[in-house]
Amino acid sequence: MTTQALEVKNASAGAASPGIRLTEPVAKLIDTSTCIGCKACEVACQEWNDLPAETTVNLGTYQTLPQMTPHFWNLIRFIEVEMNGQLHWLMRKDQCMHCSDPGCLKACPAPGAIVQYQNGIVDFQQENCIGCGYCIAGCPFNVPKLSGQTRKIYKCTLCVDRVSVGLEPACIKACPTNCLSFGTKDALLLKAQKRVDQLKSSGFEAAGIYDPQGVGGTGVVTVLAYADRPEAYGLPANPTIPMSVVLWKQPLKWIGNLAILGGIVGAFLHYLRYGPKHVPEGEKSKQAAGGGPA
Amino acid sequence: MSEQRILPGGRVLRYTLRERILHWLAGLSYIYLLLSGLAFWTPWMWWLAIFLGGGPVAREVHPWMGLIFTFAVVYMYVMWAPDMRITDQDREWRNFIGEYVRNEEEQERDPHKAIRTYQQFAPVGRFNYGQKYLFWVMFWGGIALFVTGMILWFSEYIPWSLRFLRLMSVILHPIAFLVTLAGFIVHVYMGTAVVRGGFTSVIRGEVSVPWARFHHRLWLEKVEAEQAAADNNTMAARK
Repeated sequence: MTTQALEVKNASAGAASPGIRLTEPVAKLIDTSTCIGCKACEVACQEWNDLPAETTVNLGTYQTLPQMTPHFWNLIRFIEVEMNGQLHWLMRKDQCMHCSDPGCLKACPAPGAIVQYQNGIVDFQQENCIGCGYCIAGCPFNVPKLSGQTRKIYKCTLCVDRVSVGLEPACIKACPTNCLSFGTKDALLLKAQKRVDQLKSSGFEAAGIYDPQGVGGTGVVTVLAYADRPEAYGLPANPTIPMSVVLWKQPLKWIGNLAILGGIVGAFLHYLRYGPKHVPEGEKSKQAAGGGPA
Repeated sequence: MSEQRILPGGRVLRYTLRERILHWLAGLSYIYLLLSGLAFWTPWMWWLAIFLGGGPVAREVHPWMGLIFTFAVVYMYVMWAPDMRITDQDREWRNFIGEYVRNEEEQERDPHKAIRTYQQFAPVGRFNYGQKYLFWVMFWGGIALFVTGMILWFSEYIPWSLRFLRLMSVILHPIAFLVTLAGFIVHVYMGTAVVRGGFTSVIRGEVSVPWARFHHRLWLEKVEAEQAAADNNTMAARK
């Protein structure tokens, strides 16, 4: 890996400082068909990021926790589903998907609290985060988690600190089966396609790549053996930024801004044209009342 | 009901101390909610959050202020709901809203004629149709802001299966905000710039008798009648 430039191409609440350097988007490839569920990536994530240990929850599977938490950013989900009369034991690495068009970033009102680097990594800047939780509403993957302790949001950083100095993310370093790999997105899509072809020739007709275009594609590309049924893996079939967030941040905001401005200007113009109301003088000042407004 | 009464020196007590306190509890908390809310509404207004102590502080205080505002609005409902019912007189007044907006009730400069002309088309009780409408906009807007605000306050506790609540609130909270802001702008403009004496009346509680006769004749007559009845009773008791 060459060193990645960490210019910010996009930031919440319009605080971006677009860079000029050409940086290729990076991606992480998760090949669910070769995941053995060892959870080495979970441990590596906790270790590299110095995250405090979580008390695990017994769900009757090998899964560590029901969902990610403010200090658990990488969760292997163990799923048992019946498809075509057969039981399938599916494993998927749940983490931030690093969307090209991130809903969290769109929903965030705090300038610079969520940034998207030129290489595509979406990262939260806790020093700018106000803990409002709007990103939770914006995310179609249920990723950002608010810490009750610090009142800030946390999630996978794609090990931006490692990537920026030319290292691969900790989870990838730890993966013993090469089910995880890291590189430029273009290179990884080619690699993913090769794996899909391989799976198809082995009889997995529905194999495919999960790189949902509803969010502009993701920085975490997943090879699914049953790509026709992403829901079976707990992935939304067609994730998009929620409609209400889009309506709020685009039409409503501009209609609202115009309406507020219109209200203020309208009141001002009304005053220039009509001015205040004059109470006619009462009985007491009867004599003085003839000479115009009081 | 009537704690409102005629005061010596041609004055009328229009708002009791309790009403004034509640009005300003609602007003000041709304102003805080507006300023911090505008900071969250658009990055152009983010400087307001800095002014209020920084983003995290504004975000922490905003929902608590919301509780104060909700309390004040509900209290006002209990206090004012009977006065705020839209009556037939209000519906008649509504037909003359254009004249009211253009200040045409005062075109007749002869003071007695002016009062008569205005009162002919629309005698007004304690509150006019616009004030009542503002009250209901702020009441229902406040309720909507409270409900959606509570959901947004505890956003992280809402399970994924109920996320439609969160998504609904994200859009309804700003819509309710815009609706109340429209009411707020008109209210502040009317109460300070257009209807002179309105602002002081909600601070010190008093208006002049001519002011009351011009703006709220039916209310003045009611207060006068009640006062006269009360005085008669006292007289009768003394005999």
